[in-house]
Amino acid sequence: MPQVSLTVNGKRETVEVEGRTLLVELLREKLGLTGTHVGCDTSQCGACVVLVDGQSAKSCTMLALQADGASITTVEGLAAADGTLHPMQAMFREHHALQCGFCTPGMVMSAIDLVQSHPEGLTEAQIRHGLEGNLCRCTGYHNIVKAIAAAQKLMHHQQQAQAAE
Amino acid sequence: MYDFAYTKPASLADAVHALGGADAKALAGGQTLIPVLKLRLNRPAIVVDLAGLGLSGIKVTGGTVTIGATTTHATVAASLDVQRAFPALACLAAGIGDIQVRNRGTLGGSLANNDPAADYPAVALASDATIRTNKRAIAAGDFFQGLFTTALEPDEIITEVAFQAPQRAAYTKFRNPASRYAMVGVFVAKGGQGVRVAVTGAGQNGVFRHTAFEQALERAWAPESLDGISTPADDLNSDIHGSAEYRGHLIGVIAKRAVAAS
Ligand SMILES: Cc1cc2nc3c(=O)[nH]c(=O)nc-3n(C[C@H](O)[C@H](O)[C@H](O)COP(=O)(O)OP(=O)(O)OC[C@H]3O[C@@H](n4cnc5c(N)ncnc54)[C@H](O)[C@@H]3O)c2cc1C
Ligand code: FES
Ligand code: FES
Repeated sequence: MPQVSLTVNGKRETVEVEGRTLLVELLREKLGLTGTHVGCDTSQCGACVVLVDGQSAKSCTMLALQADGASITTVEGLAAADGTLHPMQAMFREHHALQCGFCTPGMVMSAIDLVQSHPEGLTEAQIRHGLEGNLCRCTGYHNIVKAIAAAQKLMHHQQQAQAAE
Repeated sequence: MYDFAYTKPASLADAVHALGGADAKALAGGQTLIPVLKLRLNRPAIVVDLAGLGLSGIKVTGGTVTIGATTTHATVAASLDVQRAFPALACLAAGIGDIQVRNRGTLGGSLANNDPAADYPAVALASDATIRTNKRAIAAGDFFQGLFTTALEPDEIITEVAFQAPQRAAYTKFRNPASRYAMVGVFVAKGGQGVRVAVTGAGQNGVFRHTAFEQALERAWAPESLDGISTPADDLNSDIHGSAEYRGHLIGVIAKRAVAAS
């Protein structure tokens, strides 16, 4: 069987897969990282979004073998070792941006990519537009948008503080 | 999904060789092919990943914007060079699917797939693009040959696409809000070759040029020029989202908006 070598949440992994194994199957079934969800399996819902070399991608629409050599971040890789939540996670909690929580990992990963690729800051309309690839059946999106608006301030402050150090 | 062998060649020659085998299929961004494989609509014995061929990149020389086949929609949308030389092209790329689809989906994959509702075929046809492959150069007008059908041979790989930036151009898309594909998309362009109006999303045979609109806009480049010109419904698509008559009407409305935005 072919092998894929990749970095997942900072850890090097080498795993045997089939040609048809999807990245999301590698994460959930081979590595036990079940935080990444499968909502539709038809590339529509975004529950499976992870970061591939920093860019958001639907892990149900990527072969595991396409991720060879890549660095993957899943929702499990966001919080600090002591459990301190990533600002995006903290703001999702603070603003009640989830109800059942099924879409949340994908929402959080997409939101992080969205904020990171807009250092100049996002308007509310841009945040809504940027979430087109993520469906939520519970919240009506409103609090998700609020959480991302709040998190972008924290993330940009954090970045500036890091740059100043 | 049925299982298949996977290979990621490092050279174009190796990729062409691999595609020459029985039941081989090229893979670029996978944003169409992987859903197709999941539906078991296709059963390749071997999938040939084009990501290692170094076919990504953007070059602007004079009025020509040349884009490598594996360049992602997100890269085209964000390129300052494309935004400057051919803003309607950058804008079209920015409106494909969603961020995650744009992060992986590629220009070459979109053209090779020739989905009747895809966006890139419209700009290719309206800007007299040349599609270059490992074998030859194909004019956009000869490339698209009906639903999901192109001039490409099984072992032919798109390497890059050269777009001629028009003096004025705009793309307006009426999206299906669920799929984000075009219900109707119209690309209008006025350039060295004259006026081009390319319509996607509506035709039974995929993208097409609207010659009646082109002639009217040739006389005067203004939305009003299209008043009173109807689009016959005969060759248009009917589906659960809209009838052929509805799409025919929409083409006129969207074309006017595109001219106004150009
Ligand atoms: C949720 C969703 C929404 C979408 N919305 C839109 C939309 O609004 N508008 C739109 O236009 N598209 C849309 N798409 C499709 C998207 O743009 C695809 O990325 C694109 O159609 C195919 O490109 P790809 O790189 O992913 O190709 P792949 O899926 O990898 O391949 C597609 C086909 O092209 C062939 N191929 C790929 N590259 C080459 C090449 N260089 N030479 C020869 N053959 C090649 C493959 O063999 C395959 O048959 C959407 C897709 C999804 C999942
Ligand atoms: S599970 Fe991947 S997009 Fe829905
Ligand atoms: S919180 Fe239930 S789907 Fe979004």
